[in-house]
Amino acid sequence: MSIAATFEIEYLQYLDPEGKPVRKDFPEFTRDLDHMVELYKLMVSTRVFDTKSIALQRTGKLGTYASCLGHEAAHVGIGSAMRREDVLAPSYREYGAQLYRGVQPREVYLYWGGDERGNDFQNAPKHDFAWSVPIGTQCLHAAGAALAFKIRGEQRVAVCTIGDGGSSKGDFYGAINIAGAQNLPLVAVIVNNQWAISVPRRIQTGAKTLAQKGLAAGLFAIQVDGNDIIAVRKAMDDALARARSGQGGTVIEAVTYRLGDHTTADDARRYRSEAEVKEAWTRDPVKRLRAWLESKKAWDAKKEEAWKAECEAWMDEEVNAYLKTRAQPVEAMFDYLYAELPADLAQQREQAIALERGH
Amino acid sequence: MAQVTLIEAVTMALAHEMARDPSVVVLGEDVGVNGGVFRATVGLQEKFGELRVIDTPLDETTIAGVTVGLAAQGMKPVAEAQFEGFIYPMMEQIACHAARMRNRTRGRLSVPAVWRAPWGGGIHAPEHHSEANEHLFTNIPGLRVVLPSSPSRAYGLLLAAIRDPDPVIFFEPKRIYRQYKEEVPDDGEALPLDVCFVLRDGTDVTLVTWGAQVKETLEAADALAAEGISAEVIDVATLKPLDFDTIHESVKKTGRCVIVHEAPRTAGFGAEIAARLAEQAMYDLLAPVERVTGYDTHIPLFRLEMKYLPSVERIVAAAKRTLAAS
Ligand SMILES: Cc1ncc(C[n+]2csc(CCOP(=O)(O)OP(=O)(O)O)c2C)c(N)n1
Ligand SMILES: [Mg+2]
Repeated sequence: MSIAATFEIEYLQYLDPEGKPVRKDFPEFTRDLDHMVELYKLMVSTRVFDTKSIALQRTGKLGTYASCLGHEAAHVGIGSAMRREDVLAPSYREYGAQLYRGVQPREVYLYWGGDERGNDFQNAPKHDFAWSVPIGTQCLHAAGAALAFKIRGEQRVAVCTIGDGGSSKGDFYGAINIAGAQNLPLVAVIVNNQWAISVPRRIQTGAKTLAQKGLAAGLFAIQVDGNDIIAVRKAMDDALARARSGQGGTVIEAVTYRLGDHTTADDARRYRSEAEVKEAWTRDPVKRLRAWLESKKAWDAKKEEAWKAECEAWMDEEVNAYLKTRAQPVEAMFDYLYAELPADLAQQREQAIALERGH
Repeated sequence: MAQVTLIEAVTMALAHEMARDPSVVVLGEDVGVNGGVFRATVGLQEKFGELRVIDTPLDETTIAGVTVGLAAQGMKPVAEAQFEGFIYPMMEQIACHAARMRNRTRGRLSVPAVWRAPWGGGIHAPEHHSEANEHLFTNIPGLRVVLPSSPSRAYGLLLAAIRDPDPVIFFEPKRIYRQYKEEVPDDGEALPLDVCFVLRDGTDVTLVTWGAQVKETLEAADALAAEGISAEVIDVATLKPLDFDTIHESVKKTGRCVIVHEAPRTAGFGAEIAARLAEQAMYDLLAPVERVTGYDTHIPLFRLEMKYLPSVERIVAAAKRTLAAS
């Protein structure tokens, strides 16, 4: 028998659910405890932000919102590894990555509150893509961005995030396929939270891992414990370095769990057991990093309390800013359709304004 | 007899036809255990099993293409697009294969399938969950395009769509999914797929619409009646093939026509009706045809969406303009 190809997929983990090391060779960046504390703080603020968002939705002040509860390690791991000049093409849930890149909570609220201005990204990189609701489509945008970097000889990397469900979509396959064929600086992170709304992971594919899809496309591929930020960050660092130096793209599968409902419009009790969710909480990414930091004497209950209070104050400020934002005038729906409004449309714009004034 | 909402009528029709015809299968995202994100397929998997109510991988191209294959090989698939804004990846399979299979093979193969999708704006939804895109399908030869606007029409038209030997796009106006209940007997009686429904008789002006806009249009007719203007209201229901005769008969009587739809104005389906009026009813008209439509913009996110959608006020004003013109 001759073998045409064989493969294996590495599974990367540093911390167990209790925050205890499962191996000795920790990556260099973990020695910088200040940085590790910074990562932890953002995971906590992401969670505070998420809780606030749900409360806003429940009181009728926000539209449908997709919670990121349980994804904090994956998302902050992705965002913190990237450089500002890199491009992020997210789907709709990766707030931890976006907050790290400077997206403001008030912008998130505006978008999910029914106002396009949430996509302005005042402080985040202007070249980052906006939220992409049609599943998977953003992966191809990232591949296009990566192709642009290659054409112009820039040492930049395009990163897209995608769900376990989204990894079934042709867009995802197409993106990693062209990245492999063209050796593009693309890092595609599959945030496998086990559920695509009500559809469990096993229904998406017969493949044993989602990471191995990357191998079929000719990319590097790795599966990581997505609740262990050290593992996510290490895989991201390696993937970004390879991509930046022209060695090719990577698919990272971050295995995590969606602890909340799919969105505020969903009720997960219809399709999954409380026992499964309870079990998943034992792998809570925030608790895990905290335990590790405490074992290093870099964090304690007092710091925790102080930081949470700070986050609450920050989010209150963001919520207030959001609630104070006045609605756009009716003509706003015309004003960004084209660089310059065609004459044919100018008339409709005038009609809309006249109607608004009651003529 | 059951008092049901529009969406419950959809479920009822699906269950009825699945029980009657073992070749009917339902497939899509979240249609199984979850019963669909709007609950349209609730209880079906329990009743008919996982082989007939299929949760698919998350890929619309997969859903649409598998639907073509199922239908061409003797099944009667009813595929769900979770929202009309996610139907675009399905369009290649619909336009290039479903709509052409019979013609391509000179009748040897056909695609007796239904594509269902919640449709339209006004529910405070996120981006891509509020579009009206029926006109993209009415321009595809070989398709039927259906848009019911009441529980009983949803029931009867969906039965007809499933039984029809050709591909049908079945859009469901989600804004009125639960607007009201109506008595709908689960008697398996289909409605014809090629007629418009006259919902209200009138003599002064004909208001033509479909989908959720039927609500505003009927309210506009009430408002006009209060001012002594008698409006006839037509629910087109099946856009393609179009029953133009019913519209023409009405316009012969009223001499005036206002077409109402929430899709963008330019090349919306209202343009087709207006063109036919110009071709065939020119001398019956007493006033220029009016269209009350969405603007030629994307439907804005929800803070502004109601300013985009046709309102009762806009419909009344248009009707009055046709009266002022003659
Ligand atoms: C093309 C497309 N089809 C369907 C939907 C509706 N929808 C929104 S989220 C979702 C599930 C996504 O699951 P996954 O990719 O695992 O990401 P997660 O939400 O779990 O982060 C679906 C089906 C959509 N937004 N886009
Ligand atoms: Mg998922």
